[in-house]
Formats: sequence, C-alpha cells, structure tokens
Amino acid sequence: METILSQLLNGLDKGSAYALIALGLTLIFGTLGVVNFAHGAIFMIGAFCAVTLSRIFSISFETIDPTKTDFLGNPAVIKTPYVEAWFGPEMGHWLIDWSVPLAILFSIPIMIAVGYIMERGLIKHFYKRPHADQILVTFGLAIVLQEVIKYFYGANPISTPAPEAFKGSYDFGALLGFEANRIVYPYWRLVYFMFAAVVISAVFSFLRFTTFGMVVRAGMADRETVGLLGINIDRRFTFMFGLAAAVAGTAGVMYAPVLSPNYHMGMDFLVLSFVVVVVGGMGSLPGAVAAGFLLGVLESFASMNEVKSIIPGIDQIIIYVVAIVILLTRPRGLMGKKGVMED
Amino acid sequence: MLGLNKTDSKFLLIVIALTMLTPFLMQPFAEGSGLAQFNGGYPDLMQKVAIFGIFAVGFNILFGLTGYLSFGHAAFLGIGSYSAVWMFKLLTMNVIPGILLAMVVSGLFALAIGYVSLRRSGIYFSILTLAFAQMCYKMAYSVLTPITNGETGLQLSLDDPRILDGAAQSGSLPVTNLFGLAMNSTYKLEALGRVFTFSVGYYFCAVIAIIAFYMAIRIFRSPFGMMLRAVKSNQNRMKFTGLDPKPYTLAAFVISGMYAGLAGGLLAAMDPLAGADRMLWTASGEVVIMTILGGAGTLMGPVLGAGVIKYLENIFSKINESVLHSWFHWLPDGIEEVVVWVFARFTGEGWHLTLGVTFMLVVTFLPGGLVEGLKRVSDRLKRGNKKRDKYDDPDPEHHPDPSKHVV
Repeated sequence: METILSQLLNGLDKGSAYALIALGLTLIFGTLGVVNFAHGAIFMIGAFCAVTLSRIFSISFETIDPTKTDFLGNPAVIKTPYVEAWFGPEMGHWLIDWSVPLAILFSIPIMIAVGYIMERGLIKHFYKRPHADQILVTFGLAIVLQEVIKYFYGANPISTPAPEAFKGSYDFGALLGFEANRIVYPYWRLVYFMFAAVVISAVFSFLRFTTFGMVVRAGMADRETVGLLGINIDRRFTFMFGLAAAVAGTAGVMYAPVLSPNYHMGMDFLVLSFVVVVVGGMGSLPGAVAAGFLLGVLESFASMNEVKSIIPGIDQIIIYVVAIVILLTRPRGLMGKKGVMED
Repeated sequence: MLGLNKTDSKFLLIVIALTMLTPFLMQPFAEGSGLAQFNGGYPDLMQKVAIFGIFAVGFNILFGLTGYLSFGHAAFLGIGSYSAVWMFKLLTMNVIPGILLAMVVSGLFALAIGYVSLRRSGIYFSILTLAFAQMCYKMAYSVLTPITNGETGLQLSLDDPRILDGAAQSGSLPVTNLFGLAMNSTYKLEALGRVFTFSVGYYFCAVIAIIAFYMAIRIFRSPFGMMLRAVKSNQNRMKFTGLDPKPYTLAAFVISGMYAGLAGGLLAAMDPLAGADRMLWTASGEVVIMTILGGAGTLMGPVLGAGVIKYLENIFSKINESVLHSWFHWLPDGIEEVVVWVFARFTGEGWHLTLGVTFMLVVTFLPGGLVEGLKRVSDRLKRGNKKRDKYDDPDPEHHPDPSKHVV
C-alpha cells in the first residue's frame, strides 16, 4: 500500500511535465493544425530561462578582504553579488535563492515573444503545406535552437537548485496514518504538481469561460466561418501559439530543479510528449492531460523493483509499449475526435 | 541494358563511373595547398557516403514513393550492425555472411514493425515508428545487454569462437575481410602532387551501393513502384480500382528496412563494433534530412543528400578558428574578428547549426530538394528568362500535384 502510494506520487510530477508539454502541443495542433517538432525546444528554452536568471542574480564583484587570507597566504578575495550590494544582503540572498520561481515572471514575456516570432516568421507559411513538411521544418528549427543553447551554455547539465524553503521532503505517510518516513515526497515536486494543476486549469477555464476562448474554440471547429463573421482569427491563433509557448516554457522553468537543464532535454521530452499526445488523441486537450498523467504514473510504477524483477527493463519501454497498444486498440487515442489527422 | 531503358542505362553508367572515380573526384586539391582540408578522399568518409547513400536510397523507397514518413528507420540500421557483428563473432570474419544476416534480420524486424505501424497513416504512423525505434534503442541499452553489450557496444574479442576461421591468431584481433582481402587495406597513389587513396573497404561498399542503386531504379520503374506512387497520390482511388494498398506499402517498408539493415551491416563490416547510439531517433532524423535535402521521390536525390551531409559533417567540423583566421587575414582587423566569429558559429563545433539552417531553407523554398534546385537552374540556363506560358503547365486535373504527401 505504502509503495503504491509513493509511486503514485512520484509519477505525478513527471506526469505533470508530460501533461504540460502535451497540452501546448495539442493546443497548437488543434488551433493551427500544425505539427510542431520544435515544442520540446521551447520547453528547453524555458528551463534555460531559469538558469539565466539565477546567473544574472549571481553576477558578483570582487573585493579584497585584508583581514583574511586564503590557503596560499594571499589576501582573500570575497565575491559579493550585485543584488546583495543593491538590495541589502537579506533581500539579495532571497532573490538568488528564489531565482527559479521568479524566472517564471521573467520567462513569460520571453516565451510569448519566442512563440510569436516562430509563428509569424516560419509556421505561418506552413499552414497549407502537408504535415510532413511541417514536421521537417520544425525539426530543423529544433536542431537550430538546440545548437544555439549549446553555444551559450555549453554541453554539460547545469544544476539549478530550488529555493531553500522547498528543500527536504514532506512526510505524507504521517498524514495518512502510516508510520513516519514511509512515504516521503520532496517539497519541490509537490510545488511542481500544484503549479501544473493551476496552469492546466487556467488554460481550460480560459478556453471555456472567456469570449476569446470561445472564439478560438469556434475557430478550431471551423476557421472559415469565424473569419466570415468578421473576426481576425489569425491574430487570435498567433496569440494561442504564444500561450502554448508560455505554457511549455514555464513548465521548463519549474522543471529545472528536478532535472538539471542540458541542451538535449528538449529532444528527449519531445519524443515522449508526442507519444503522450498521440495516446491522448490528436486535438483533444483533456486527452493530452489525462494521457500525460497516466503515462507518468505508469512509468513510475514500472520502475518499482517488484515489477522490474518480473519483467526486467520494463521501466525503460513501458511508455512505448502502452502507446503502441493503445494506438492499435483505439486508433484515435483515448479521446481523439473523428476526422482529425486522418487524411 | 540489364532491363533498363536508354536514359536509365546512361544514368546508371554515369553513377557507376562517379562511384568508381570517387577517390579522384573527392581529392581535387593538391596536398599542402590552402584548400587541402576540403579534400574528402579518405576511406572513412568515402565509405560513409556510400553506406549512408544506401540507407537514404532505401528510405526513399518508402518515403519518396509512398509518402509514409517513418521516424524510426535508424532502428533497422542498428539491428543490422548488431547482427553483422554477431556473425563476425560466431562464424567468420568474412563480410558476406554478416551482411546477408543483417539484411535478413532487419527485414524480419521491419516486417513485424511495419505490420503494426502501417495500420495507421499520417502523423500516427510517424509516431508509431518513432516509438518502436525508441523502444529498440532502450532495450538494446538496458534489457538486452547479453546480446547488445549495453552502453559499451558490441565488440569483437579474442576468445570468440569464429567457427570457420579456425584458431585465432595470437595477440591481435582479426580484421574483417572479403575472402582474405582485408577491408582496411589501402593502396596510395601519388600523382599530380596529390595523394589518391584506394581502399578495399570503399570499393566493396561502392559495388554494393551500385547494386542497391540498380535495384532501386528497377523498383522505381516497375509496376510495383507504380503501385507505391498510387498509394502516395490517392489511396481511395486505388481502393476503388480494386487494389489493396496495404501489401504494397508493407512490402515497401520491408524493402527499405532491408536497405537500412544492409547499410548497418556494411557499417559493422568497415568497423566491427555496434552501439545502441546508431538507433537513436536523431539518427532516424538524419536519414530523413538526407532524403529531403537531396530530393524525396527522385533516384539521385538521396545519394546526393547523403554525400553532401556526410561531406559537410566531416569537413565543416574540422574548420576551427585558426583556419578561419588564415582565410580572412587580409581583412581589416575589426572586420576580420566579426567575420571569423560569424563563420566560427557555423563551422567546427557548430556544424549542426549549418545543417539545421540549410535543412529549414530547403524545406521552405525547395520542397523538391537539391535535385529540383539543379533542375531549375538548368531550365533557367536552357530557356533563359523567358516568361512561362500558362500552357506549359500540365493539366492539373489529370496530373495530381506531385508534391502532395500522404502524411
């Protein structure tokens, strides 16, 4: 019982990441009808936004402290970050500590700009082209973005710690009446899960309860008619692209402490999130979210030692096995609609 | 000749001449001259061009003809490599049985994977093949370690049985050979201030590549190839005429899988080790890029694409900042720094950037790839800038849009 619960919790944060990326993918796919292979790269850019902000905050100037010496006997050099000098030591330290959550605010305008430029500059010209061409051109774009990141940040993973306040784990077991320290869950992953829940519900309510969202949904159903009603649907779709980029980007920002950002994480997540989208059903937002959580949880169950001893290596391939089985039994995925991508 | 019509025979002869003369053609610059680093005439690179040419030609039989975009073809490459290395370990260092086994095994895998994947089309097909390839990769990396030797990769060792070769020579690993002719033996010819390298391995690959290319021509020109084009242009019409597209598509998938396995077997024959990295999905992406860059659905395109990409990969990645400085030293200082900085981003370590940008430009502006680009240039030269007549275009009703993909 305890193992099952703790595995369920472990699956949630990975599932959240899958769900967030898949949500953006499906959003772009459902509104613009574009298969975007560069979406993983957007997630990666988000993660590197967190790295960038924490580096900006840690820019320091050096002062020589004559009272102390280093191990060679020279006067010691003390590095003081500028933020501490400007805002006072406490505030400065707090800023450095909280750089990852603050990077969300920092990344949203960047992500929206990235999404806007991508849509206006490149993807706009591919609406009428076959899906194969869209896949190929965005794949090329993903390679380019990956290389740019590699140039600026190097090829090694950069560890980006979460704020001090979220270090350590929460003892879930005690809450539910089990023994202490049986079911523990890192605070940051809890935060990540809550963040994902908030973002997903925000996107859904935005589409469900606002006029703007209504128009977008109408455009998903029948683009031409909405255009005939005198609404500039293209502009709204561009906005949706920016929104999807922002969702993926903030997901990347928050994921930085879980997995140290490296230049090929985008590609790794892309394959998985595509599998998630296809399992959920092309063009179905709830399907993408459900499939994301489902696959995340399944993956963490498969990595239990009890399961591994029965079927060795199942943790590596469970996602693909599930995807293949689901696609063959339910060709449109879990919640796919008829007539999407079936030409 | 050989069941080809006149133009195709000419075409094949040109290809044969080009492949046979590659050691000369890829070595245009004198040793020690400033341009010597653009020489690509060393065996390693020439073999790679031939091998990846085979891979891309096979991929093109599936994608170029039927329009099914597979993102998992590297799996067959990896499977072929593993099978060939096992053959070298168990039976003999002769490359022929290894390559045959590689083709058979990857063909079987392609049959299984294709049977399942081809139930869906379009993006679903791409994702399914991608999922299968990643699955093979992960399994080769972890579960199947007894067969694939996990992260280290499968290598030859001194205590392999090698039933046909008899007792191992003491001390050193045996080399792959063709009936005693070692694959890594080379003959260097010095002439005209240049060094031409003739390697057994390259010529072996080249002969196989020519045979593979000839097979591809025959497939393109056969009624079977016609069926595959029908699958691409309109499956419904095909069904209405009473033809089932499925077996044809599956056959194309298996053939292209066998081509990939052949390429993998050759890779192992040139350098007898096989690693799981060959099955990564980025490797599948690479063959897609080659095919598109050259021109999908054309005969020469994939070979051209493979050649261009492998050449750039090897040559561009060798250009570093000092080389660039030696090129641009005649510029004023400030400008030189800027120019070198810009070029350095696209060469050396950054050659993937060049690849990505080139690929994007090709997909956007030249959907038919380099072959179409060359054709446009030659048309322009022939016709001059004459305004095209509207009757030059064939009747669109009876000639469906050729660039339409199924995906």
